[in-house]
Amino acid sequence: MNDPVYDVAPWLVLLPLAWAGLAFVWGPGRGARLALAGTALQLLLTLRLAAELLSLGGRRHAVGGWGAPLGIDLAVDGLSMTMLLLTQAVAFAVFIYARAYFTDRSADGDGHGARNHFWPLAGFLLAAMNALYLSADLFNLYVTLELLGLAAVGLVAAGGNAAQVSAALRYLLVSLLASGAYLLGVALIYGSYGTVALSALPLMSADAPLAVALAAALMGVALLLKTALFPFHFWLPPAHGGAPAPVSALLSALVVKATFYLFLRLGLGLFAPLGETIAWLPGLLGSAAIFWGSWQALRAQRLKMLVAYSTVAQLGYLFLIFPLLAPDGLALQAGVMQALSHGLAKAAMFMTAGVFLQVSGRDAVADLAGVAGRLPVTLFAFGLAGVTLMGLPPSGGFLAKWLLIDAALAQGRWGWAAVVIAGGLLTALYVFRVVRQAFASTEARPPLAPVPRTLEWTAFALAAASVLLGLRGMEVLHLLDVGAAS
Amino acid sequence: MTASQWLPLAVLASSLLPGLLIFALPEERIGLRTALNLFGAVAKLTLVGVLLVGVQAGNTYSVGYTVLPGVDLMFKADALALLFVSLSSVLWLLTTLYAIGYLEGSPHRSRFFGFFSLCVTATMGIAMAANLFTFFVFYELLTLSTYPLVVHRGSGAALRGGTIYLAYTLGGGALLLTGIVWLHSLVGQVEFTHRGVLSPLSPHYADQLRMIFLLLIAGVGVKAALVPLHGWLPNAMVAPAPVSALLHAVAVVKAGAFGIIRIVYEIYGVEFAQSLNLLLPLAVAASVTIIWGSLRALAQDDLKRRLAYSTVSQVSYITLGVALFGPVGTIGGLVHLVHQGIMKITLFFCAGNYAETLGTHKVSEMNGAGRRMPATTLAFSIAALGMIGAPLTAGAVSKAWLSDGAQALGLEWVGWVLLASSLLNAAYFLPILYRVWLKPAPARWPQEHSAAQGWRETTWLLLLPPLLTAAATLAAGIYADSEFSPLAWAQLIARREYLTPVP
Repeated sequence: MNDPVYDVAPWLVLLPLAWAGLAFVWGPGRGARLALAGTALQLLLTLRLAAELLSLGGRRHAVGGWGAPLGIDLAVDGLSMTMLLLTQAVAFAVFIYARAYFTDRSADGDGHGARNHFWPLAGFLLAAMNALYLSADLFNLYVTLELLGLAAVGLVAAGGNAAQVSAALRYLLVSLLASGAYLLGVALIYGSYGTVALSALPLMSADAPLAVALAAALMGVALLLKTALFPFHFWLPPAHGGAPAPVSALLSALVVKATFYLFLRLGLGLFAPLGETIAWLPGLLGSAAIFWGSWQALRAQRLKMLVAYSTVAQLGYLFLIFPLLAPDGLALQAGVMQALSHGLAKAAMFMTAGVFLQVSGRDAVADLAGVAGRLPVTLFAFGLAGVTLMGLPPSGGFLAKWLLIDAALAQGRWGWAAVVIAGGLLTALYVFRVVRQAFASTEARPPLAPVPRTLEWTAFALAAASVLLGLRGMEVLHLLDVGAAS
Repeated sequence: MTASQWLPLAVLASSLLPGLLIFALPEERIGLRTALNLFGAVAKLTLVGVLLVGVQAGNTYSVGYTVLPGVDLMFKADALALLFVSLSSVLWLLTTLYAIGYLEGSPHRSRFFGFFSLCVTATMGIAMAANLFTFFVFYELLTLSTYPLVVHRGSGAALRGGTIYLAYTLGGGALLLTGIVWLHSLVGQVEFTHRGVLSPLSPHYADQLRMIFLLLIAGVGVKAALVPLHGWLPNAMVAPAPVSALLHAVAVVKAGAFGIIRIVYEIYGVEFAQSLNLLLPLAVAASVTIIWGSLRALAQDDLKRRLAYSTVSQVSYITLGVALFGPVGTIGGLVHLVHQGIMKITLFFCAGNYAETLGTHKVSEMNGAGRRMPATTLAFSIAALGMIGAPLTAGAVSKAWLSDGAQALGLEWVGWVLLASSLLNAAYFLPILYRVWLKPAPARWPQEHSAAQGWRETTWLLLLPPLLTAAATLAAGIYADSEFSPLAWAQLIARREYLTPVP
């Protein structure tokens, strides 16, 4: 097969596996440079893949030719392509940050464990995510989900202090439970239809066997559990809020998006007919997530917990799209735009939290007084990321919000529009809670540790990207359109 | 790209780029920062001058960029946009000079001037927005870029004022967004067009259009400080004096009033808004605001708070003019956009000078200040008389057109509102003038500083801007009939809006 798409795709899985393996062999704390080079290469390959996909137009490349004898089919369409781009871009920035974050550290805060195991685990995480976006059958998707969960748990646990280990254990249990449920669902599907290839499976019809309905329920709950949609969010704040900043950034920006992607993919494809009856449910849970997450973020004492609860709230927006999915495509566009802009902004926000932590050794929101004058770049980055999360123009989050409200009003469904608007205002409350504290003038000026500029500027770059994404909405939607028709 | 496309963009860039560069400057690069500020302001004035000549000759300037399918970021420099653009860019230059003098030696100046420039950029965007989407983008940008200025001092009061400011403006923004998207889902993207775009819509939508009007006006009404949405304005008084000038004259309240003008004239169209019975409630809301603001101003002893409530009242003159159906009232409202700006900025400059030189913040402490600071007090007196509507000032021109407009409609009560407001204005400004000129000075001022250089009152950087704007207040009144006055420009706009001969 000489289709350029499939020449590139396998490398997106093999490259991270390769550098992760090498980093593991080289020993603790090493392999950062290799990881950076590998990720840069992945980013270039993804860009090339995106260009190929665009130039090939609206054709659907459902089944890949590579490795067919091995039973591994790869597929790319606009939806998975946007997620692949997000993944490589955020990972690249986070890795530059992580290299500076983990090297010149004394024994404060996050400990050496995280530093020692970061690179191999991050590589496996990236390989699993890329494989997930490229997979075209339910069983391979299960394998990638399992790998993704294990790598993520490993990253949370790697810090090694008690809170991190307990958060990781809880995360592990949730992850295993969810994977088990998902696998059971896959088995039921296989039993009913005799195949697990997404392209070969029929749309679930009204007279589908009970087993298929059960499979839909099992797989749905499994994915919601892994995506931490309210009320399944309980594991997320301690895991994301407790991990070292680069890990939190990867988890909050990327890992939960991967399971959301799978939920969306199945909801648009295999289980689409279910939407008419129960699409309100994810929407309702999403609304609850927005209110509950924002409320908890408002009350959080620690900055990283605030940001983690903000993730709980922002994930809610992703699920608001399900009741609004319609042929006009507005809701789907809104969901993807939200996933992209939240990915960039949330990574940036955790990275700024990491800077504050490194500089002052403390993580309480109350300790941020006077930071505006001393770490202007980092505060600016936090503010820009906040603009995206609040959905204020000209950010990508604003476009997502606009599309979502437009979709709701076009169908005359006021309630959902009201949730979006209210959610934006709640976000403003907790974002400005931090900004306000940073502007406060203070007598006490505790000594600040010097911080590598790389940390400040990588966070800034991601935050700025999340805002500028709002000016490139057309490109994103254009890419998303590829293969969406069929 | 042709000149008609890049000129509006250049107007935006002339404050955006210096602003971004200033953020990057270290605190101690005072000379370079000042040079960048002044270069931006002068470049902007030049560009605006070119635009003014072009628009008067009937040229159009517009440029657009597609953000989403059916949603464009579009700018156009038309006569109405230029009314606001020229006001803001002239006052930006003066306020920048004033701020350089005012903030001398204080910390975080790079941050201050950076956000200051962003704020002016947002104002230019609001003025030149060609559709509601673009208007909203810059309207929110204005909120975000003014917040750091309001909380600049970082004191408890500043932070509280900032939070109240955000609560009001972000809440207003949410209402505005709802209205805009609702309208968008009804009729798609609508460009600001003379005489409005909604009149062809079937009467079936009348109720929805009324609701949308309410949402839109409430959204921009927050910044325009329409009662009861005005609560943020007196609280934002904790900001440094140049910021108050910015909030009250150059950018924020003007953005709100300007939004009302755009929505009434160029989305709904005056005739259509009148046919939906929307103008009378708007006129009533404006009148209530005018009276309520003045009444509250009477009760304030803090000079800046008194001025703030005076702004609440005076800005609604613009809204009132908009709501008076007919060209005469329109001209009164439009011209007051400019006149209120130059008069109010003078008052805030002077208030800042009193506070800096004498340490007086309260009206009751101002006895005899006129002898100690004659130039400042002269400027203050001219602007205060202008606010009252004394002959030969800009205020007299606005008030005359507004009351003529009301008379032409036979709305007698509006005439009474205007008269009552003038009396109230006199009641809260004349006692100040009496105190500063005629009462003896105290033996000691609360906190006296003498300027190291410049006149005895204060440095020339703090003195020149209010003197210039006070002179402009007189000039706009005395030469109202000349070809280049704000009044002439307002007449030009009204001619294009009503397509009828205008007095």
